[in-house]
Amino acid sequence: MIVMDETDITFFKDGLRLDGRRADQLRPVKIEVGVLARADGSCYIEMGGNKVIAAVYGPREVHPRHLQEVSRAIVRYRYNMASFSVEERKRPGPDRRSYELSKVSREALEPVILTSFFPRSVIDVFVEVLQADAGTRTAGINAAAVALADAGIPMKSMISSCAAGKVADTIVLDPMKEEDNFGQADLPIAMTPNGDITLMQMDGGLTPDEFRRAVEMAMKGARDIYEIQRQALVNKYSQLTEPGHEEVHVQ
Amino acid sequence: MTNVISEIKKDFIYNLLLKGERADGRTFDQYREISIQRDVIRKAEGSALVKLGSSQVLVGVKMQPGEPFPDSPNRGVIITNAELVPLASPSFEPGPPNEVGIELARLVDRGVRESKAVDLEALCIVPGKQVWIVFIDVHILDDCGNILDAASLGAISALLCTKVPASRFGLGEDYVLPIRDLPIATSAIEFNDVLMFDPGVDEEAIANTKLTIISTIEGNICGTQKSGTGMLKPEQVYRIIDIACEKAKEIREKFLEA
Repeated sequence: MIVMDETDITFFKDGLRLDGRRADQLRPVKIEVGVLARADGSCYIEMGGNKVIAAVYGPREVHPRHLQEVSRAIVRYRYNMASFSVEERKRPGPDRRSYELSKVSREALEPVILTSFFPRSVIDVFVEVLQADAGTRTAGINAAAVALADAGIPMKSMISSCAAGKVADTIVLDPMKEEDNFGQADLPIAMTPNGDITLMQMDGGLTPDEFRRAVEMAMKGARDIYEIQRQALVNKYSQLTEPGHEEVHVQ
Repeated sequence: MTNVISEIKKDFIYNLLLKGERADGRTFDQYREISIQRDVIRKAEGSALVKLGSSQVLVGVKMQPGEPFPDSPNRGVIITNAELVPLASPSFEPGPPNEVGIELARLVDRGVRESKAVDLEALCIVPGKQVWIVFIDVHILDDCGNILDAASLGAISALLCTKVPASRFGLGEDYVLPIRDLPIATSAIEFNDVLMFDPGVDEEAIANTKLTIISTIEGNICGTQKSGTGMLKPEQVYRIIDIACEKAKEIREKFLEA
């Protein structure tokens, strides 16, 4: 095993990052809506080297029953990494990290879901990370938000998520794996198009001023992602012009 | 049951809040009384009992030699755990940690790790073979709100009085664990654009949103976490950061640097 630390890496060359991006540039984003047949809503997203798929089931009956709430739907969110999604095989099943990410991701989406429309029911969101390259939680939230819309769940707005980081004393948008592993800070956020923040985490080291600049940069990234999410939904639903357009097979 | 009570208390707290008051008479950025007792557990390498108002958290540090992680062969290992034992609150249940307990442990860990409070290189015994493992175990005894700040304060207080038990393992004489930073977690809830620091248990029940800021001696931020199902405006985030860093400094000077 080769051991590296941040001194071994030159993060910038001629002002550009390892993958040729500017400091404030996102990795390429690709979003596809409605990729799973069984789910009520689904979405596949690629953000740089991340490949993540999200499915929404519900509103449906709550099991176990004691979890149900009389005045609203509950939301469950399961973030799961495939064992082959990372360099060194990840042991299958939830670990402490995925429990925390599931919690904060659910809390990133719940503020915009109109749960009071569906008392005593559950909205299940399942996120599978198929390939990981830093930023899987933000990719998962972006996909999940689109899948919720695809499932027809009433929402106050879309949620878009993006991270900013600090490498070689520079604030950068959407850190990739090397920048995340050997960088100085990581700050993922999620927000509504109005700029209401629904997820905020940070680790590393930032001065209060750097923190502010990182938040602003991540918010700018999230706004750009919002446009891509919106376009993906428009692309799918503008094709279904008339009711009954979908083919019906009678056996 | 707890929900019914909090609905009634919610009105009460809300009405007070409109008058700019809190149920226990504190100002919005005022912490409850803090007390820290160190070395309360003789069997532990380091320990601290933190009282934050009526909240009580006991943190114990145990150390033992073990194998390093393959990607950091020259560094010691920190493992943080939190037990939300059922004696501490009617809402805690026995069994493996749930997501609240896991989040708490991971945030305490984030403060210690990201501030580089413990010099992990100094905990290497034989490079690639043997290093010190530091177990930080958080035991919540009484949850009267804001147990995260109490647990985080407990962890750094316990580490400050931790002695590396080298003699017990035939590795020379015991020595004091070197500590290089003093991370402090400060949490605020947001309710109707009012930011309340160090929320009590009823205040936590009414608020949808909490933001925790962990800051270092230098006044930098080494960890942040929003929790709860609400939203925050960026301006609210910046306001919380400003007050949080100031509060953290006060707490650090009064309780850790004295």
